[in-house]
Amino acid sequence: MTPRDRIRNFSIVAHIDHGKSTLSDRLIQQTGAMTAREMTSQVLDSMDIEKERGITIKAQTVRLEYKGHILNLMDTPGHVDFAYEVSRSLAACEGALLVVDASQGVEAQTLANVYQALDQDLEIVPVINKIDLPAAEPERVKAQIEEVIGLDASNAILASGKTGEGIEELLEAIITRLPPPKTGDAEAPLKALLVDAWYDSYLGVVVLFRVIDGVVRKGMRIKLMQTGADYNVDTVGVLRPKRVDVAELGPGEIGVLTASIKEVADARVGDTITEYRRETAKALPGFKPAQPVVFCGLFPQDAANFEDLRAAMSRLRLNDASFSFEMETSAALGFGFRCGFLGLLHLEIIQERLTREFDLDLIATAPSVVYRVHMNDGEVRELHNPADLPDVVYIKEIEEPWIKATILTPDEYLGSIIKLCQDRRGVQKDLSYVGSRAMLVYELPLNEVVFDFYDRLKSVSKGYASFDYQLIDHRPGNLVKMSILVNDEPVDALAMLVHAGRAESRGRAMCEKLKELIPQHLFKIPIQAAIGGRIIARETISALRKDVTAKCYGGDISRKRKLLDKQKEGKKKMRQFGKVEIPQEAFIAALKMDGD
Amino acid sequence: MSFGVYVHWPYCAAICPYCDFNVYRARGADNAPLLDAICADIAAHAARLGKREAVSVFFGGGTPSLLRGAELARIIEAADRAFGLAAACEITLECNPEDAALFAEQAGAGVNRFSVGAQAFDDAALKALGRRHDAIAALRAVDVAAATGERVSLDLIYAREGQSIDAWRVELQQALALPVEHVSLYQLTIEPDTAFARRAARGQLITPSNDEAAAFYEATLGVCDAAGFPAYEISNHARSEAARSRHNLLYWRSEDWIGVGPGAHGRVTHDGARIATEAQRRPADYIDAVREYGIGWISDAILSNEEIADEALMMGLRISEGVEASRIAALRGRPLNADALEWLVREGLATHAGGRIALTARGRVLANKIAAELVS
Repeated sequence: MTPRDRIRNFSIVAHIDHGKSTLSDRLIQQTGAMTAREMTSQVLDSMDIEKERGITIKAQTVRLEYKGHILNLMDTPGHVDFAYEVSRSLAACEGALLVVDASQGVEAQTLANVYQALDQDLEIVPVINKIDLPAAEPERVKAQIEEVIGLDASNAILASGKTGEGIEELLEAIITRLPPPKTGDAEAPLKALLVDAWYDSYLGVVVLFRVIDGVVRKGMRIKLMQTGADYNVDTVGVLRPKRVDVAELGPGEIGVLTASIKEVADARVGDTITEYRRETAKALPGFKPAQPVVFCGLFPQDAANFEDLRAAMSRLRLNDASFSFEMETSAALGFGFRCGFLGLLHLEIIQERLTREFDLDLIATAPSVVYRVHMNDGEVRELHNPADLPDVVYIKEIEEPWIKATILTPDEYLGSIIKLCQDRRGVQKDLSYVGSRAMLVYELPLNEVVFDFYDRLKSVSKGYASFDYQLIDHRPGNLVKMSILVNDEPVDALAMLVHAGRAESRGRAMCEKLKELIPQHLFKIPIQAAIGGRIIARETISALRKDVTAKCYGGDISRKRKLLDKQKEGKKKMRQFGKVEIPQEAFIAALKMDGD
Repeated sequence: MSFGVYVHWPYCAAICPYCDFNVYRARGADNAPLLDAICADIAAHAARLGKREAVSVFFGGGTPSLLRGAELARIIEAADRAFGLAAACEITLECNPEDAALFAEQAGAGVNRFSVGAQAFDDAALKALGRRHDAIAALRAVDVAAATGERVSLDLIYAREGQSIDAWRVELQQALALPVEHVSLYQLTIEPDTAFARRAARGQLITPSNDEAAAFYEATLGVCDAAGFPAYEISNHARSEAARSRHNLLYWRSEDWIGVGPGAHGRVTHDGARIATEAQRRPADYIDAVREYGIGWISDAILSNEEIADEALMMGLRISEGVEASRIAALRGRPLNADALEWLVREGLATHAGGRIALTARGRVLANKIAAELVS
């Protein structure tokens, strides 16, 4: 057991690309936790996608030793989708390093996380990183930190993860300026925070925890207070960053345990770990079950891959309890799954992992938020799929989730960004200036954000604006279900809930896009957007006029026959003539289109 | 089942930029080894199939008009020896206008139908198509061929870059006034892996849109009908039934033929099965194969009934006489898509009478899509 005053638990708060991971690597290297040979760049971000995108999805931790102190560095997820996970990681710490890029300055995402750290009373050491860059302006960034966050930046550490400059000073600051764990009674019943859990193919479920009171040791029986399940502790260890077994961990310490827990879903982030039959009096505050915010349908491009997709999703869920899925069928896309995600990034990551790690070609339907449908009979239904909306005559009101968005942008893009927010039904709450940068606070319906808001924001600000959001509440909305009819048949996968005022322009854009994407048939094909029985937009694909091979002789037959064979549907069943097949590329492109 | 012989001569004086056939530059090498191989290959086919009277021998390419009369005669004799040529056997030679000086001796060797690759009667267009002859040479070649007293057909390519429909009408009318009994009129098609495909990909070659191409086709039918050259196949027009290409009808009617020479394809019925053959593509490989194994074909696949039905439908829909519906259904083991057929008839794209399905002029221009709908 480490004496409490020798422990420093801290996390790093930073915006994507501000060098958090490189800086972490430097700390690991400098304290000798790993030799240079063992270091691959960015040790803590272990998934490929994390490395590529420079973001952390799963909280990672490493135990360092420096001048007789134990330093536990928690690398936290840096994205709003994982805000809850961030809050639990921060709850396990007493301090935080606020890392800001010396040329980029404070970004929206930094703000959200630093406010969270301040809310949890963490001691914060500002670190101005990448000072080796020619564009570095540490003085300006210091001023910004003071102005925007209200944090004293006079003794900020100037560092470079790349050159190693300032790292020694940073380590000194960690042991002198960050406080040790405040309380902790080794004799009291065990009380530990479950910070994260992941699935390891050799060890099973590994639980990352922070001890508040008591001791965790091998062989002890523990209980998870939220789920009520109890387990025998098989191993206790610390991550250096490789797992090393230890006999026990006491108050203030951070480590990992394995206890033959079957699924990651059984080890809920934020749960309290206590001793079986010698429970702590009160569970730790702040637990929230994972709540999907964004839904979309995922379908295999090739129907034959349905079972592979199911298996792949189950594999991912092993390690990510916040991802949920259930079977869904679509007339247009066949069998697939309705999937729930913590947010858009989470959705993208899961999709990408399914494609990349499991080699599956997917079609994703438009992301949808969770609507609360108040029925006339008083029942409240949660709607995950616009296609399932009950008949409007039974509906009293539909509520949609709203967010508070914070956008930081160079001044010159402010006009376009305000227009974008207004177009998306935003309500401006605040506009202030930080030097030449504007900080906009808007309340927006999440519905308007999930579609392509982020892409549009990046495009109107040439990539300079940064954006962060948090869910605030549900509000009634004048929402209507827009159906898309192709050749007079509604296409379920293209149905969406839209604000009544935006339905027409959205419908028109959708029809135009589909007109481009659906190939000509022998007959003309009407494409319509409709609200109930009312057509709000219409396009027509004219009939195909020519499709013939000019030369077809003895040497051409085999090749042409193979082409014909490809156009066949099922080999045995006759296809209904006149039914328009919508190519999968058309779905993908139609759902990706701009909302404007 | 009627039977014919296709002979592929893969050499050309120059490779045309639109051509995707199995062709090679003629480099003045000795023709004898390839001629030997072709003759031996014909004999090998006969050894397997037994003696079947051939109603046609067709020299395609490449440029078989590069062959001298004596060289053609060797092959014709080999075919006669192996299979026996019918009394009225059609012997067609695809020829380039540059080779007109050889037409007389080629006729003397037995060629009784000249298919002249005129391609255009416009010097600029011929140049753009990469042809080595001019319009005058094309006209002369037709005259020379006609002077042999044998049947003459000519090929033209239309919907060329920059060509207007009106200009094409005039060009076509002139062509139909020549001493020919048959014309093959091909819309320019950009085939993958050709020089034209590369130019098109770079945006250096602009071809008509689908709608314009349809208008070109309609104009073509109009001019040909008025001049007494009705279409009996999508791209083929004849003055009379006797003027039709008997050889090509073997393909469109799914009859039997052997394919000899590099890369040639055949379809033969043998021991109750329909077999697709394909010869070695490269001339040297073909020659080696015949020398080593006695046969030139490398692929010898038995077609399934479904494949036979697909080929019969796809080829049969190209010709005005159409296909026998019950034969296709029997091969497939199920009928063609009845909804689709009914709709096609109702819309005037197809006829279904006397047990045959045939496309109308409006339907023929959609033959690929229609075939796909009928088999789905």
